[in-house]
Parts: sequence; C-alpha cells; structure tokens
Amino acid sequence: MKMKLTTLALGAVMAAGPVMADLVFPSLSYRTGPYAAGGIPFADGYADYFTLLNERDGGIGGVKTKLIECETGYNTEKGVECYESTKGQGALVYQPLSTGITYQLIPKVTADNIPLHTMGYGRTSAANGEVFSHVFNYPGNYWNGASGVVNYLLEETGGDLKGKKISLVYHNSAYGKEPIRTLEELSKKHGFELVLLPVDHPGQEQKSQWLQVRRDRPDFVVMWGWGVMNQVAIQEAANIRFPMENFIGVWWSGAEHDVLSAGAKANGYKAVTFHNVGRDFPVFDDIQTHVVDKGLAAGAGDQIGNVLYNRGMYAAMLAAEAAKTAQEIHGTAEITPAMMRDGMEALSIDEAKMTALGMPNFGPAFNVSCENHGGPGLVGVTQWNAESKTWSLISDFKATDAEVIGALIDEDSGAYASENNITPRCK
Amino acid sequence: MFYREAGDFKVSYQEDSQTFPIKFDRFRYYVVMAVAFGLIPFLINDYWANAILLPFLIYSIAAIGLNILVGYAGQVSLGTGGFMAVGAYACYKLMTAFPEVSMFIHVILAGGITGLVCVLFGLPSLRIKGFYLAVATLAAQFFLVWLFNRVPWFYNYSASGQINAPERDTFGIIITGPNASAWATYLFCLIFLTFCALVARNLTRGTVGRSWMAIRDMDIAAEIIGVNPLKSKLTAFAVSGFFIGVSGALFFAIYLGAVEVGEAFGITKSFLVLFMVIIGGLGSIFGSFAGAAFLVLLPVLLKVVGVDVLGWPTDIVAHFQLVIVGALIMFFLIVEPHGLAQLWRVAKEKLRLWPFPH
Repeated sequence: MKMKLTTLALGAVMAAGPVMADLVFPSLSYRTGPYAAGGIPFADGYADYFTLLNERDGGIGGVKTKLIECETGYNTEKGVECYESTKGQGALVYQPLSTGITYQLIPKVTADNIPLHTMGYGRTSAANGEVFSHVFNYPGNYWNGASGVVNYLLEETGGDLKGKKISLVYHNSAYGKEPIRTLEELSKKHGFELVLLPVDHPGQEQKSQWLQVRRDRPDFVVMWGWGVMNQVAIQEAANIRFPMENFIGVWWSGAEHDVLSAGAKANGYKAVTFHNVGRDFPVFDDIQTHVVDKGLAAGAGDQIGNVLYNRGMYAAMLAAEAAKTAQEIHGTAEITPAMMRDGMEALSIDEAKMTALGMPNFGPAFNVSCENHGGPGLVGVTQWNAESKTWSLISDFKATDAEVIGALIDEDSGAYASENNITPRCK
Repeated sequence: MFYREAGDFKVSYQEDSQTFPIKFDRFRYYVVMAVAFGLIPFLINDYWANAILLPFLIYSIAAIGLNILVGYAGQVSLGTGGFMAVGAYACYKLMTAFPEVSMFIHVILAGGITGLVCVLFGLPSLRIKGFYLAVATLAAQFFLVWLFNRVPWFYNYSASGQINAPERDTFGIIITGPNASAWATYLFCLIFLTFCALVARNLTRGTVGRSWMAIRDMDIAAEIIGVNPLKSKLTAFAVSGFFIGVSGALFFAIYLGAVEVGEAFGITKSFLVLFMVIIGGLGSIFGSFAGAAFLVLLPVLLKVVGVDVLGWPTDIVAHFQLVIVGALIMFFLIVEPHGLAQLWRVAKEKLRLWPFPH
C-alpha cells in the first residue's frame, strides 16, 4: 500500500504541473457507461468548438484555449475526483452534464470561487442569482421545459387540458424528479391529471411502467429520461402502439440515437428544445474545414449536426462568449475563474452576435444579470421524421409560465438560502 | 534476520497477547500511525483528501464492517449499500434536526441506528443460511433504497430527493460542507477508522469473535459446545451494521456532501464492498485495508497514468481500467484464493525464516 501511495504521489506531481498560460476549460464528460450515448456527442461538440477557436481565431482574445477532459461515467464519486484534479489547473468554468454531480459541485464551486454552468439541467432554482452566486443555468431550465411542454399541449388541445390525463415517465433520480413540482402546480392551474411513473437507473427495464400506460390510457405521455432509458421507452411506446405524436420528451430525451433504434415506429415523436437543430449553420462548415478535415475532431467527426453535438457546441460557444466578455470587463486576456464569473454574469447574446459567429437563429437572445442567472427560458418543440431521419422545429421558441416558475424558484432558492445562511447579494 | 520473535522477551501476559508480537511489526505500526496522524495532515491538499484518502478511509471502515459479518461470522450479506444508506440518512436527519451537536456524536448515533436496522434484517439468518441468506439481505438492499426514495420525510421534502450535508463542526472546526479544510476531514475519518479497526481487532480475538468464528466454521458443532447462535449471529449483524453505518454517514457527510440514494447506495455499492472483502481476504482486518486500497486507489492510479502521463483518450483509459482491474481480480483470486491478506501472511512467514529457509 505504501508503495502504491508513493507511485501515486509521483503521478500526481507529474500531472499537476500547471500550465497557466492557457484558458483552461475542463470537460467532465462521459464516454462510457449507460449514459455514454448522450455523453459522447455532447463532449465532441464541446471539444470541437474550442479546437475551432484555436485553429481559426488563435484562441479567445489571442490566448489559446486548453480543454482538459475527465471521464466521470455519470458517476458522482468520479465526478468529485475529476473536479478536484482539474480545479488546480486554472479551470475557468465547469459543465458536468449531470444533475447529480451538479448538486455536489454547487457548494464546492462557490467556496472555490469558480463558476458552474448547467445549461438546461442541474438545480433549477439556481436561476436565482441572488442566492446562487456562482451557478448559472441560462438559457433555459427544467421548469421552463415542463411549462413549455404543457403550453404546447394547451395549444394542441385548443387551450383546454381540463380532465385530460398526462403521464410523466421519469428517471428516478434528482434529474427526473426535478420537473414534478412544476407539473403538479400546472396540473392544479390547468386542471389536468398527472400520473407519475418512475423508472429506476439505468432504465432498461420499463415493462411495468408501460403496462400501466396501456391500462391508464393517458392522453399524453411526457418523458424525463436520459441515456439508454430513452431508447427503451420509445421502443416500449411503439410496442403498445401509443400514438407517437402524443409522446413528448424533455430536451435530454430528444436526440437521434434515442429514436433511431425504434425505426419507422418512432415517427412523430416530439421533444422540447431550447436551441435549434440540424446542420444548416455556417459554423459547421468552419468546424468541418478547420477541425474535422485537419484530423483534430474529438470524436469520429460523424456527429456534427446531431442534437446533442449542437448542444455541446452551443455550451462551448456560450462559455467562449462569456470569456470574451470577461476579458473586456477586466481588460486582460488571461482571465481567472473569478473574472470568468463576472463575464458570465454580464453575458449578453443577441442575434447580431450569433450571426457573426455563424449561428443565425440558433438560440434565443438573452442578457444575464446579477438577479437572473436563468436566461429567458424560451422553449420550442421538435419532431422526429423517421423517413428522412431528421429532427425539425415544429413550434417556435415561446415564453413559458413565468408566474408559476418564478414563485417556485423563489421558494426553493429561499429554502437553500436559509439552510446555508446566504443573504441576497444583488443591490 | 531482523524479523523474528527471538530476543524479544515478554514479561507480562499483556505483552504476550498484543496485536503485533514481533518487534519489527510493532515499530512499522507505530511509524504508520505517526505518519498518518502526524505527517499527512500537514501535507494534505484538496485533491489528495477528496479523491484518494477519504474514499480509502471510508471504504476501509465499510470493508471492516462487512468482513466481520462475512469473514468472521460467515453470514453472507449483499445489503451493504442499503445499510450505508441507513447511516447516511440517519446522519442527515440528525444533522438537520440538531445542528448544534458535534459531528462525532451524529456519526456514532448514525452507526448505532444502522446497527439496529442491521439486526432487524439479520433476524432471518437464524433460520436461513448461505445463498438463501444472501437473497434475504439483497431484499434489504432493494427495500431500503426504495424506502429512501419513496418517503419524503427522509430527505426533508426536498424537490429533487437529494440530501445535502449542511455545514457542521466539531470542537469549532468545520468538518462538513465546502469550507471544511482537507486536514480536518481527513483526520475526522482517520480517527473513526482507527477506532473501528482497534475495536474490530479486539472483538475478533476475544470471546465474541471466537463465538463468531465457531458459528462460521460449523454452526451445529458450535451450538453443541455451548455457543448461543442467536446471540453471536445478532451481535455480528449489530457490530457490522454499526461500522457500515459509520462509513455510510462519513461517505455522505464528509466525502460527497450530496447524495442520491439510488446512485450512491445502489446494488453496485454492495458488490464493491463485498469484492473488497473477498479480494482483501476474508476474516482479516489487514485484508479489509488491502481490499479497499486495491479497489479505490488502483482505478485512480490507472487514470493518472493513462490520461495524465501517457495522454491517452479518456474513454480508452476508462475501458482499460475495467479490463485491468478485472484481470487483476481474477489473477489474484487464482493465484491466491485467500486474498491479499494471505499474500501478506506468506510474505511474513518467509521473512521470518529468511535468510535460512531450511
């Protein structure tokens, strides 16, 4: 054991040699395990965008970016190890792509003064910047997603959900439980009945849940799934001949690999989204020439334009823009994590900026402020076409029920603040 | 040569029955303790504490606990993950209900509560044995995880079903939460590990331990010579539950800070701790340490070597980790079915005869 410790010490010392000159972006990715199908395209998109910045623009503000990848396997213990091993290397912002790891990192990053960006996942009430100084979840969160789903269903049914039955099939974890509170509030408000159907990790066994769907005959099924659970659910829905156009997933349950395995039977499946889909954006041509053709792609280069690849790239773009903002605010190219936080809080994305970056109409325009770390929360709906094997946007980005969500965010963040003795910091 | 009994004269019964009868062993033990308590706290940083030493210390406690049950008393248990969850949730409820009480007391109480739960699930062991008992404890595993997921009282009605450790201290030193310093958390766990190891060592060589081993070796014969199976089986479950509960409480409060029962205390955790015990060596305290070190430190070591030193892609390294750890487990079990502890015993035996083996 002593020997092992010594070798380890050697390894750690060799590993910890800091290279402070670069802008370090850690990527806590997962390319193995039951959630790898979603983790790989996201990590590829995240990595490729930073490679693009290095190759095309020479980094951000003249400073090269450096991506440190660390495999978490969607496991919280490995997530802690990854966080501890990368934070000493000047990590500017963490994006763990796991709600479980996010919950763990929220107090840690706040103590270590490093920002955390959980785009469309994590703790929803972190949108309240008064309480969560270092956590950001712009441009949309789970509760926006839940409300977006309900709004869309309202549209579909002509504004009346009274007496309708909606089943929620969810991953039985912090991630899957997150929307329940909002959906309960909304069911009171709109008078629909909500049935909860938890699916345990990793979600390969869903026979009983779908048997219950068959028995209950809900009007709509909403899914909060991730990883292998999505494929299984869509397959099971097809098996009981549940009409796919009444089956709608959150943005983590709406990628190509989720629907491809069910083949033609998945046609018409829907999912909400907070960014655009497809590969018709100039930025992808740049990635093709500067990254993939040069052989620098993080993955095989075949994921470009996939929903989760786009999302990873979008996350990287927002991080890079925040870094640029931080460089402008502090007048130095070599920013620290604390400066990065200021940059994220002052981030402003508008259509002109997105067009200049080669992503016209890719996501919403928004401004982050000290109070609002959550962005506008605009939600669109996409639908799967099994014949052309593409997702297409069928409902444009629309506002969600701010009244219900705002109250819930105040309540939950207030509870966190009183538990941890946090006083509102924005004046 | 230097590793031998000769010349080390014992003048009292206490000396004669001490844990390390050989002088060299004794000094090695003192040195390890001195380094662990006197040196490491001054050198430790966040990475070493949170990524390497805390999981090692905490899993060692869990492995000692399970070793008492499986290795000493011969009662197979697959419920370790569930029992760790009991420790964690008990600690959470105590921490939030009595914020001003010292963490030491919370952790010990959490261990006690787990001990009681463990006895409850140990009751079937009086009637069923072997594989059937393993299945009964498996039921405990699934039931407990389901319970903590299902009943919101256990997680104080939080929206996500997660439990988060608030900041708590002991003697004015912050032990839990993000502001706890590395040395404090390390020492806190080390104190518990030392305490548990000493208690386990002394229990297993006393009356209680001998009755456990008698039950393990042949329960009918043990009953005939006057060992009470009810008492010895249930004490084994109680003591084992206490240790596992302590490790669960530390795992949640000190190490992770936020857990979700299905992910942190699932069936994989039960298997992990059971593998530690089997690889380390059944019925050996040292084996518990060796097994925990093997399964906690080796993956980290492989990751550091693969990703940071060799610069390989992270997914390849993660896959290699599984392959290498799996292959090593098979290798050790084929070469030495009695675990790492037996290798250590053989090495000591050889050393004792060295340099004249005949």
